[in-house]
Amino acid sequence: MPSPRYWREIPSRYRLEASRCCGCGKVAYPARKVCPACGADDWKQIQLSRHGRVVTSTVIHVPPDDFLMEAPYAVAVVETSEGARLMVQVVDCEPAEVVPGTEVNLEFRLIRREGHGGILCYGYKGVPAG
Amino acid sequence: MREVAIVGAGMTRFGEIWQSSLRDLFVEAATEAMRNASADHLDAMYVGNMSGGQFVGQEHLGPLMADHLGMAGIPAARVESACASGGVALRLAFMEVASGMSDLVLAAGVEKMNDGADVTAVLASAADQEAEAYHGITFPGLYAMIARAHMEAYGTTEEDMAAVSVKNHRHGALNPKAQFRREVTLEEVMNSSLVAAPLRLLHCSPVSDGAAAVLLCPLERAKEFTDRPVKIIGSGLATGSMALADRNEPAFLDSVSLSAGRAYKMAGIKPSDIDVVEVHDCFSIAEICCLEALCLVERGKGGEAARSGLTALGGKVPVNTSGGLKSKGHPVGATGVAQAIEIFEQLRGESGDRQVADASIGLAQNMGGSGASSAVHIFQRV
Repeated sequence: MPSPRYWREIPSRYRLEASRCCGCGKVAYPARKVCPACGADDWKQIQLSRHGRVVTSTVIHVPPDDFLMEAPYAVAVVETSEGARLMVQVVDCEPAEVVPGTEVNLEFRLIRREGHGGILCYGYKGVPAG
Repeated sequence: MREVAIVGAGMTRFGEIWQSSLRDLFVEAATEAMRNASADHLDAMYVGNMSGGQFVGQEHLGPLMADHLGMAGIPAARVESACASGGVALRLAFMEVASGMSDLVLAAGVEKMNDGADVTAVLASAADQEAEAYHGITFPGLYAMIARAHMEAYGTTEEDMAAVSVKNHRHGALNPKAQFRREVTLEEVMNSSLVAAPLRLLHCSPVSDGAAAVLLCPLERAKEFTDRPVKIIGSGLATGSMALADRNEPAFLDSVSLSAGRAYKMAGIKPSDIDVVEVHDCFSIAEICCLEALCLVERGKGGEAARSGLTALGGKVPVNTSGGLKSKGHPVGATGVAQAIEIFEQLRGESGDRQVADASIGLAQNMGGSGASSAVHIFQRV
């Protein structure tokens, strides 16, 4: 990933910044320019809580080359208390135990190494809540 | 709008076709479609292709393919909507003929996937790069999450999904163009290796090379090219949320429902009028979800359809008589056009051992990504 793109995505990747529509209250993550629910373009920036619940999940056994060393790993759609849904890996657990309803904390982690330079790319991963 | 007919079709076999390049595959299918209709020229051409750029480093397929078809000079463009590229190429060709702008238009699709690319990563570029692919999700993974959501909501089982694969392989075993011309048992599917839980290898369509092409013209001129034209009576295209996380109901494919509604409305028919169906079974769960979104079964009842025999050859609504993407193969850009060819041949009574008796109306549904786009076409025997 070219570095300008990585830099651009830091607010959502590093700080879990989302936005709440001033028209209808919909929460968009990552932030958007136009509300997919009501069409308004007036937003208030919010920060997502670091906690959520698994909506649906899978365990990747055949990964893309960049993730070869990590398989098998769990990936889930997690809903936060603000109503935002995000796709994250869920780690530090048996991947098969990540199922709909599992409560997770979102922790800042290394996501991938990219390109020949091996640029370190960070973001959030879910960890089952104790 | 003018009435539009398909008058010729051609396709390569699907599979790992090491000896043929992207352009070889295209030219083979396109020349067969033209010869099939005894056509010696084209007024325009659309080439459905998901990712020649990433699979083989080749973009700009409109002029390349026109040139190699011996048609340099005609209007031609490449069309992309991920795995629905072929279906969208067909729609654009249909619109061009219907509008009166051109008479003889070729709708083609082609993909060369077995040339050394990281196929899993290339396909994942049809997902949301920023919100999904970044985290290591794959296409089997996205459909696995749809499957798990469907299992949660409706009690669908792994056996239900496996029954789709068994049925489609049984159909594909009868198709000379299919990549896997063999049957599989429920046990083989259930015991195949995990790709993205709960989806196993035999729930997944393969990585394929292939091309398909159909020739369209105004219905009023169809008899110049064939005595058995097939009319396109409905065309619907729709988009939905790109990221799975943005869908309220991950187990329901909104774009398929919308595109089907538009096609049914244009055709002036009901789902129960359809005799034969091709749906986008890139994964077994996709066929289950598509049947529901096309209103061929009630919502939540898709899981029973294959198990009960409803969708098998000889059943009430035969689905994927070609073998579907699962058994016939899935060269992504070609798939939408190949689906149309199966319906074209069914309605002409040319499907041999796979023939659905007295089929007069057929439907083809072609999906892009994890359901972010869908193209539906409805065809009628003339």
